[in-house]
Amino acid sequence: MVAKLKRQYGSGIEPLTYLGQNYMAVDRSLLPELLQVLRDEEQFDYCVDITAVHYPKREKQFDVVWILYSFPRNERIRVKTTIADGESIPSATSIWATTNWLEREVFDMFGIQFDGHPDLKRILLPDGWKGHPLRKDYGIIQQDKEWVQINLGIESGQ
Amino acid sequence: MLDYVTSYLKSDATPGAAGNMLWAFIYIMLIFLGLSIAVIAMNWLERKVLAHMQVRLGPMRVGPHGLLQPIADAIKLLIKEDIMPTEADKIVFWVAPLIVVTAAFTTFIVVPFGPQHAVTDMNIGILFMLGVSSLGVLGIVMAGWASNSHYPLIGALRSSAQMVSYEIAMGLAVVSAVLMTSLHGAGIYATGGGSGMGTLSMIEIVRAQQEQQTWFAFKFFPLGLIAMFVFGVAMVAETNRAPFDLPEAESELTAGFHTEYSGFRWSLFFLAEYSAMLAVSSILVTLWLGGWLRPFPNLLTGPTWDLVFSLFPGLTFLALAGLTFFSAARMPKMRYFRVQTMGLAGFGALLGLIGLILFIPPVRDRVQDIYWFVAKVAVFMYLYIWYRGTFPRYRFDQLMKVGWKVLLPIGLGVLIVTAIVGVL
Amino acid sequence: MTDTTKYLSHLELGERDETFLDSNELIINMGPQHPATHGVLRVILKLDGEKVLGTECVIGYLHRGVEKIAENRTYAMFNPYVDRMDYVAAVSNGLGYCEAVEKLLNIEAPPRAKYIRVLLTELNRIASHQLWLGTHALDIGAITPLFYTFRDREEILKIFEKYCGARLTTHAFRIGGCQYETYDGFERDVKKFVDFVRPKIDEYEELLTTNRIWVERTKGVGVISDKDCIALGVTGPVLRASGVKWDIRKAQPYAAYSNMDFEIPTGQNGDTYDRYLVRMAEMRQSLRIISQAVEKIPEGPIMAKIPKVLKPPVGEIYHSIEAPKGELGYFIVSDGSTQPYRVRVRPPSFVNLQALDLMVRGQLVADVIAVIGTLDIVLGEVDR
Repeated sequence: MVAKLKRQYGSGIEPLTYLGQNYMAVDRSLLPELLQVLRDEEQFDYCVDITAVHYPKREKQFDVVWILYSFPRNERIRVKTTIADGESIPSATSIWATTNWLEREVFDMFGIQFDGHPDLKRILLPDGWKGHPLRKDYGIIQQDKEWVQINLGIESGQ
Repeated sequence: MLDYVTSYLKSDATPGAAGNMLWAFIYIMLIFLGLSIAVIAMNWLERKVLAHMQVRLGPMRVGPHGLLQPIADAIKLLIKEDIMPTEADKIVFWVAPLIVVTAAFTTFIVVPFGPQHAVTDMNIGILFMLGVSSLGVLGIVMAGWASNSHYPLIGALRSSAQMVSYEIAMGLAVVSAVLMTSLHGAGIYATGGGSGMGTLSMIEIVRAQQEQQTWFAFKFFPLGLIAMFVFGVAMVAETNRAPFDLPEAESELTAGFHTEYSGFRWSLFFLAEYSAMLAVSSILVTLWLGGWLRPFPNLLTGPTWDLVFSLFPGLTFLALAGLTFFSAARMPKMRYFRVQTMGLAGFGALLGLIGLILFIPPVRDRVQDIYWFVAKVAVFMYLYIWYRGTFPRYRFDQLMKVGWKVLLPIGLGVLIVTAIVGVL
Repeated sequence: MTDTTKYLSHLELGERDETFLDSNELIINMGPQHPATHGVLRVILKLDGEKVLGTECVIGYLHRGVEKIAENRTYAMFNPYVDRMDYVAAVSNGLGYCEAVEKLLNIEAPPRAKYIRVLLTELNRIASHQLWLGTHALDIGAITPLFYTFRDREEILKIFEKYCGARLTTHAFRIGGCQYETYDGFERDVKKFVDFVRPKIDEYEELLTTNRIWVERTKGVGVISDKDCIALGVTGPVLRASGVKWDIRKAQPYAAYSNMDFEIPTGQNGDTYDRYLVRMAEMRQSLRIISQAVEKIPEGPIMAKIPKVLKPPVGEIYHSIEAPKGELGYFIVSDGSTQPYRVRVRPPSFVNLQALDLMVRGQLVADVIAVIGTLDIVLGEVDR
């Protein structure tokens, strides 16, 4: 399957395996089409999860990971791409409806913009919160002091 | 003066009919007292019975077996802060619980606890009762509106729609019972006796059952039973109790129309709910189950049976006393429980004393009508609790479906068939 | 005071007819403190009378930043935290995490440990379903089943307590196996429990399955098709009730499930009633697994040989298990240090909750309650 995709898209796809789990690192430019192809032609009809990993030291700071599963093939695959801070990424909401909230969470936690998302706003944190907690430069006891003081009326949430 | 007091005791009429204002007042006070005690007892019983249905103990801490729990609750409610929402319509918010509770209490004026044990006997008794009890919905709508909040509003809307719809089925069932007072039927349905005059008076309806020698539940079998069933379902819906407790559906609307009420005002709603339950059960008992009549008044006749049945009130209280003593004996034999055990035993002694008093012939004769009436109502009170422990809650549209598409046609059908069977 | 309307930005109104009657839309704020939202879920309902035009969930009231905490703890230190996500099925959470880390370390738990894991996880599944049943029935208005299920769930919690000292947040498993050997009489207790609870499940069914009001309240309510389920990523009993025969225990067996003989119950209509039946059947299947596991449980060590300091090599792993609520996945990235570089939890409740809007549109307010109940969400897991 990956070979076929590689033929189709050329060097943008790099198939990898770790501990028996397949994933592919793909170029950001391939993205919406590749996901669409994975769903339509390769039957990855279930998007398990979308998440991101932050590598502050890299030039392209974020790994965005799609975890896919195919019911007919009983197979999992991960699609991984790297983007720089501030770069946006196409939304997959039109491909898998489930990505709506998952993308919102990634946006909430990492500040990654998803183009074409119907309602991209914070989901777990309150709307006015500043900062994206799962970035590595966000300290574990850091908080949006201003928000806490205004909305909760207390000095600090700690 | 004394003559004024005692003359009534010799008469056979209700204070209203006898024109004795003093005794009417005494009766009102007695009913007030009795209702309060009944609501308190009902509160305790509901908790205990429901608890035992649900494999738990219920209140056990306040007093022996939680007997003082309702009193503790009442005190808590009375001394609670009285909260009124800022945006509420103050006057309406204040008046609403009063209307509900007044409507619920007023109905008891015509409830016949015995041939002479009613405040008054109106010739439109049953009509009066239905009319006044349905005034309660006004208070509920006012409460929902005045709270100026979404949940109470939806609860009130549900409540009014529900009460109005079920009143129709209820009314039809009542009419078929009223028809039975004048109809004798033929063939297998023939019933003896009676003047053949139709009546709306609660007392006369019971008298009609006495004269025709059958409870209306069993008259024109199975028509009477079906009508009673229709009424029995409608009355649960009418009082907003499970499984028709949508107006206060806890899981949906937190508490429905009384969400914003607290403290004493809330307790008025509580009082009204239980009084309304008692009131509609009283109607049912009066119309179909022979009101104050003892079981088998025409089969087990003669002075011996009369005596046996007149001993029931005393025996019941003695049995309760025995149960209480049994519980007291089973209390843990620890110093900590000594007061509770003594209290329970004292309560048992009180019950026993009442039981013994009820054996005194003059008391016995005056009380046994009330006893049978209350016993029958108690059965329905128990049913209320039982429903609550067993049934899930209907959805609003299903509730309306049951009201309009099931109960209403049945009620109408029973009415028509009763009329046909009656004049045959 | 928060302006509720500002959350409604994406509440499109469905097919709305522009008649004068339609101008009376009501926006109701259900929760975050509401008896039937199972915690601190806030649902904003747009109503037309009693009919639901649209919903929007506002979540995050219980957000504790579990994923952030993971990055600042060692692998073993993070283990107890996962119990606090789905706190009614803590054992499943622990199992998923331990197995994911084991996979990352490329070690395997010994067979005995695997069997103990299966046993406890299935017990926990029953406990979770019992809690679901009780609260779901309570939402629909049947108050009695709650007490029955809690009475029987107590027996499971007693076994947990005897095994590891905790009842709810058990922290039963360790990376590499189990820390505790089973106590004396564990097998006997489990067997006794199986015999005890089997008739009890019939008892719950007697109360509800053929209860007319229950059937009316649940049949045809919150219908979701298998296609919608898959598109929305809905897993667990909800997916199976829609007719998809998929269970990770069968599809990609983990722990000792490949040695177990059990069936995957499915429904056809994807309504609340089917989901109820599926969960009831699942409890029975769990009992089947438990009685098999307790028969087959092998002797041997309970802990694999693992290094004192856990330092998985650089790499990433995704491992998922079938939690009582659906697919519970852990995506762990290691940078070769003692602390995980990134732990992502794929919470079933969070993803399933997304389907709420689809399931309740056009239905009545009372159905929203029924559907929230039938989705079996735990807010600790939704918000993490």
